[in-house]
Order: sequence, then C-alpha cells, then structure tokens
Amino acid sequence: MGFYVAQFLTGWADASGLFMVAVGLTLIFGVMRIVNFAHGSFYMVGAYTAYYLIAWLPSDGVSFWIGVLLAALIVGIIGVIVEMLLLRRLYHAPELFLLMGTFGIILIIQDLSRWLFGAEDLLGPRCPGLDGSVWIMGSLMPQYDLALIVAALLILGAIWMVLNRTRWGVLVRAATEDREMLSALGVNQGRLFTGVFFLGSFLTGLGGALQLPKGGADLLMDLNVIASAFVVVVVGGMGSIPGAYLAALIISELTAFGILVLPQSTLVMMFLVMAVVLVIRPYGLFGKAELAPHEPAGESGAVLKPASVRLKWLGAALVLGIILAPLFAGDFQLVLLIEIAILALASMSLYFMMGPGGMVSFGHAAFFGGGAYAAALMVYHLQTPMELALLLTPLAVGLLALIIGWFCVRLSGVYLAMLTLAFAQICWSIVFQWEEFTGGDDGILSIWPSDWAESRIVFYYLTMVLCTGGILAMRHLLFTPFGYTMRACRDSALRSASIGIYQKRHQWFAFAVAGAFAGLAGGIYVFSKGSVFPDEMAISRSFDFLLMVLLGGVETLSGPIAGAAAFTWLHDQISRFEFWQLVLGCIFIILVVAFPQGIAGFFSSKTERYFSEPTDE
Amino acid sequence: MLKVHALNTFYGKAQILFGMNLKILAGEIVVLLGRNGVGKTTAFKSIMGIAPPETGEITFKGIPIHHLPPHKTCNLGLGYVPEDRRIFTQLTVMENLEVGKQPPRKGYRPWTAERLFELFPNLAERQNLIGGALSGGEQQMLTIARTLMGNPEMIILDEPSEGLAPVIVEQLARTIKKLKNEGVSILLAEQNLNFARLICDRAYIIHQGRVFHESPIDTLSGEAYAKYCSV
Repeated sequence: MGFYVAQFLTGWADASGLFMVAVGLTLIFGVMRIVNFAHGSFYMVGAYTAYYLIAWLPSDGVSFWIGVLLAALIVGIIGVIVEMLLLRRLYHAPELFLLMGTFGIILIIQDLSRWLFGAEDLLGPRCPGLDGSVWIMGSLMPQYDLALIVAALLILGAIWMVLNRTRWGVLVRAATEDREMLSALGVNQGRLFTGVFFLGSFLTGLGGALQLPKGGADLLMDLNVIASAFVVVVVGGMGSIPGAYLAALIISELTAFGILVLPQSTLVMMFLVMAVVLVIRPYGLFGKAELAPHEPAGESGAVLKPASVRLKWLGAALVLGIILAPLFAGDFQLVLLIEIAILALASMSLYFMMGPGGMVSFGHAAFFGGGAYAAALMVYHLQTPMELALLLTPLAVGLLALIIGWFCVRLSGVYLAMLTLAFAQICWSIVFQWEEFTGGDDGILSIWPSDWAESRIVFYYLTMVLCTGGILAMRHLLFTPFGYTMRACRDSALRSASIGIYQKRHQWFAFAVAGAFAGLAGGIYVFSKGSVFPDEMAISRSFDFLLMVLLGGVETLSGPIAGAAAFTWLHDQISRFEFWQLVLGCIFIILVVAFPQGIAGFFSSKTERYFSEPTDE
Repeated sequence: MLKVHALNTFYGKAQILFGMNLKILAGEIVVLLGRNGVGKTTAFKSIMGIAPPETGEITFKGIPIHHLPPHKTCNLGLGYVPEDRRIFTQLTVMENLEVGKQPPRKGYRPWTAERLFELFPNLAERQNLIGGALSGGEQQMLTIARTLMGNPEMIILDEPSEGLAPVIVEQLARTIKKLKNEGVSILLAEQNLNFARLICDRAYIIHQGRVFHESPIDTLSGEAYAKYCSV
C-alpha cells in the first residue's frame, strides 16, 4: 500500500513540475492566441539562471529561494523583451509566421545558452531545509517532492485569485473571449499582452528554477519540456488553467504507474493519453471549440493558377538544368542536389496539406522518417530490393497517414497541428524505444541502393525522376476536381458542406496523399544516406520542413522547391560557424519580419505580371 | 462633435465606403438608415478604428482620430455598441461592466453600476449571472450599460433594436432618450424607421457606401426612404 502511495506522490510531484511549465503556455495561448514554441527555452533559461544565481549568492537558508525568484523575474523580463521587440510586429501576420519567429528564438536561446552557460550538464543545488526524506506509510519520500506539490497548488491558487479577484484578471478573461471588443471598450491590448507574456514567462522560469534540485540543467531541456508542456495544454484544453493542472496530473500518474506495468512505454504513454482524450473530447478536457471558426474575413489566400506558358518554359529550363547538372557539378554538388530534391518533395507534400489543404502539420517528420524507416526495415529484415522497397514505402506510409489522419482531421487549426505533433512523437518514441526491431538510438546502417543505381550519377537521375515526378503529380492533383474541393473545404467549411461535400473525408484523403509523398521522399533519402536514425522523426525535423515551406512562402506553388533549396544551401553555408543556430535563428526572425510572404512569394509578387496569362478585360 | 469627411474603406480589395460624409452635433441623436450591406456597420468600424479607412478624415471633438487604435478613440470619449452585442459570455454581468469602466469625464455625471441598474432594472437582478445566461434583450441592455461605464460623451449604437421584442424596443427607446437628457450624443444605425422616428433628430440615408439623402427625421422624404431603405 505504502509503495503505491509513494508512487502516487511521485507522480503528483512530476505533475506539479509539468503544470508550472504548461500553465504559462496555456495562459499565453488563451489570451494572445500565440503558440509560443520558445516557452521551453524560457524554462531552460530559468533553470540555468537560477543555478548560477544560487551559486553566486552567499549560501545561507534563503539564498536558494531568492535565486529561484530572481531567475523567474529575469525570465519574465526576457519574455517582455521578446514580446515587445519581435512578437508585437507579427500579431497581424498569419499564425505560422509567429510560429517561425518563436522557433527562431529557440535557436538563438539554444546557442546563447551554450555560449553563456557551457555545454556540460549541471547538477542542481539542493534546497536547504528540504533536502531530506520523510517516511510515508513505510516508503521514503523526498521532502522536495512534497514541497513541489505544495508550490504548484499555491501557484494554481494565486493565478485563480488574480484572474477572478482583480480588474487585470477580468480584462485578461475578457481578452480570451473577444479582443477586438475589449479594445473598443478602451483597453490597451498591447499593454495587456505584454503583461500576460510577462506572467507566462515568469511562471515557466519559475518552473525551470524550481525543478533544479530534481533535474539540474542541460541544453536539451528546451525541446524535451516543450513537447510535454504542449501535450498537457492540449489535453487540458488550450487556455484552461484548471485543465492544465488536471491534465498534468492524469499524465504524470499514468506514467508513474504505467512504468510498473510496461517499463518500455514511458515515452509513448503521454502521447497515447493525448490521443485518447482528443478522440473523446476534441478540444481537450476543459477546452471549448473556437467560438468563430476561421471563415475567410474578406481576405483569402492567393488564388492558385495553372502554369502559364512562360512558367512552363521556366519549368522546362529547370528540368533541362537538372538533366545537364552532372556535366558541371562535382560529387559534392550532386549530393547537395539530391538532398535538395528529396527535401523539396517532402516540403511540397507538407505544402500540399498546409496551403491548399489548410491543415498545418507540426509532425511531418512522422511521414518522412516513417518512409525512411519503412524502407530501411524492409531492406534490413526482409532483404527487399531497393525498387520494391521504394514502391512499397509510399503505400506503407500512406496507410500510416490514413491512421493518423483519421484522428487529426476531426480537429482543425492549432488543435490539428498539435495532434500531428503528438502522433509524430508517438512514432518517434516507438522507433527510439523498440531497440530490437528498429535499432533504437543506433539506427539502421548499410542501406544502399541496388547495384545498377550505385553510381552517384545514376542515383542522381533516379532521385530527380522520382522527386520531380512526385512534385508534378501533387501539382497536377491541385488542379483536378479533388484539388478544387480541397481548397473549397479550406476556404469555407460551411459552404462546401452545404453543397454536399463531406469535408472530413476529403481532408482525410488529402492528408494520406501528403503522407504518402513524404514517405516516398523518406524512402529515397535513406538510400541516399545509407542509414537512418530516430532524428529523422524528431520534432526538429518537422520544424525543418515547416521552415522550408515558410521560407518558400505558403501561398505559392513553387515555394517549397525554393524553400528546400534555400534551406539546404543556408544549412550548408552556416553550419561551418560554431554558433550556427544563432545565425539561423536571426535569419528566420529577419525573414518573418521583412518578408512575410517568403522568398518565392516575394519574387512572385514582383514577377507575377510576367508569368501570368494575359487576360481579356 | 463627430465629423466624417470623404471616407473610403476597404475590406481586402473590396471597397465598402465611397467618400462618406457625416456630421453629428453635440447632444444630437442621428440615425443612419439603409438596407443590409450598404456600409453602416463598416462606417462605425472605421470611426472606431477597428476597420481603419484607406483615405478620409474623422475628427471627434476636433481631434483627428482616423489613425488611432480603438482603445485610444474610446479613451477620448467615444463609446461603441456593436451590432452582434458581443458581451463577454463567460464573465458575470458585474464583470462585464468592470471591463467597460473608464475614469470619469469632466462635465458629465460619472456612471456607476448602481446608476446603470436604475436605468436597466432587469440587469440588477442578474448581477452575478454570466453574460451567456442572459436573454437577447438583457444582453442588448448589458452592451449599452457596459459602454456607458466608459463615461462616453458620444455613443455609437449599431442596430440596437434588431431581434428584440416590441416591448423591449419601446423600453430601449425610453432609455436612449434618457441618455440624451444626460447630454450624451448618439449615432445609431437602424432599419426600423418607426423606432428611429421615436428617438432621432436627424437621419442620413445610406446606399452603396454613400450618403444619398440627409434631413431632419420629421421631414424625411418618404420617397427617398422607400427607394433606398424599404425591403
């Protein structure tokens, strides 16, 4: 009995830590509608800052707590700076640009932390007075765990008081419902937002600092914690604070007890909970559906037009360039071109569901990595020849996408995106933890093309045929009735439903098509590299694809190609710097602020007249 | 009080207002009459800064406001009651009033929750109910009360009588007259001519984003009304 109580308390303490990160995230989303990916980075900064402050302060009974509070305050101020300098400029841009901006911040903070705090993992200081253990029903419980439980409850209570008993809190709650009306009633939204962002950042900084005695500080904390925090926020219902607490509790307890039954399942558990909850309650435990579904407010995306004659000539020139490239390009350039083509196909498939399909995926790596693993596993376990593997891979991944898509298309907007992220994490966890079958962290090695395609040039042509073919096929699909219906569903769910389109099924198929093509890209990728590792399925991979699409511009068909090329080239150029993530982060931020239409979007708005068909007025 | 000159407003590429001119004097009640979709709501949103005009000038008490964000316009003393009511459904009646609260203004008796409950007795009984639990008429009262908490010198009312029972509409008309006695200027949009005749001093007839006719309400030409407003 005592053992189970202890296990329960341990779970509760974990839940408390998780709640402290998630609460700021859900608050910021609820009021500002911003999905702040940099939230985990603030958490990490909180941990590091507290570590150094506590070490620097004279060590007596209270220095620990002063250090923790100061660190939280500093993180809050960093949050305010980020909000005022960057996010404020992006409030009127599409949600995705905000996302890319916050992702830029992740990269910058990542490298700045490495530079400032060092690459070594830090062991957290003990909390004076709470560093012992107590006996509870025959089991030892660390005192600090109990303190965390109390701290989280205090924070929950304090937030409840602020939101329900102060004028500021009333305004914040009003803002979660109708920001425009609030502004028309004379409330300065900007100040309110800055305040909320400060509070959210302060709380995550506090969370990071408070977990020091348990977990210490390391450079992987940011992405590790952000995935869990998002799950908590989505399960609890985005914007709901009690929901975040309950979700953190459910997830942590299930993990605490699940580990007893299935020790291998720890990583998957959290995401399984999320999937189950979202199937039963699509908007989370305490969440509400968006009040007004995002019907077009006068402005809709740019109209996609079939290629004009001039554009076809440009395309033909590009194909000719591809055919002739091996004459001029060296071995290294060929490798680079192969990579660009593969990534272009993958990001085109993401664009396919994101742009015309209107479904943003934060987990596209599940399909790309899924394709890579499908091909690698076929070759490794069944000695499947490359040709057959490349044929079966898109089918297998298409099936995977059908399964994942069935859950995802029931939701829309940010919820859909979060669910794709969760499923990608499930796939990643399976690959990572199922060592006997997938090789785990060591990956699968020696997956090479068939003999005839072994030469670099032949493989180059093979890649080009498959990738160009895939891209053109998707492009063609957009101009068939299937593609028109896709865009109709995106632009107005209500109107398309009223002319008899079953929107969900249509989106489901579009989802599967996108998945299958991403899988094909992954399949080719594994043969070009010769090996595959779980990284290909990780969150950062999903972000790479998002960045490629955004870099190219969400509103242009040629965007993904330009984006993939720019991304690969950039990556190649700046990965020579020691702090290349810092450079990359700055580039993204400059890009979203200066070119909200992306590279291709920027050029196509300049050259639109030249490449459009002359129309009779 | 409020002057609107040559207003052109767009939603994306679609132009909604074509050089609209309006003028409201202090203490007046002025109505914009017109069918659905002629730009009455857009004109209000432009004045408030929610849908800023492309070109044109708006001055309030002589201060240019066409480039101001909504909260600054509101802080100058211009209150807005939107068409779709837009009360905060998850907040109580008292909290809704709290959101609208602004400092008192010179020369006007400051509004308090107590004074508003005298004006809208129905709301007094429902102080602690959430906004979403109110009836349509009560919600309309609440939006007006909420805007009055900002102590405005002038309020803009977008189709206040829409969807309300006749008894409630009469009650609303009496309330609006009381506001006039407090010295508040009022600009409203209406499709209900009878309601407008009860309370207004002057009318503009709006059609296709322009002012087509302007006259005191008593001498409003039935012909112009029939041409542009009757359904």
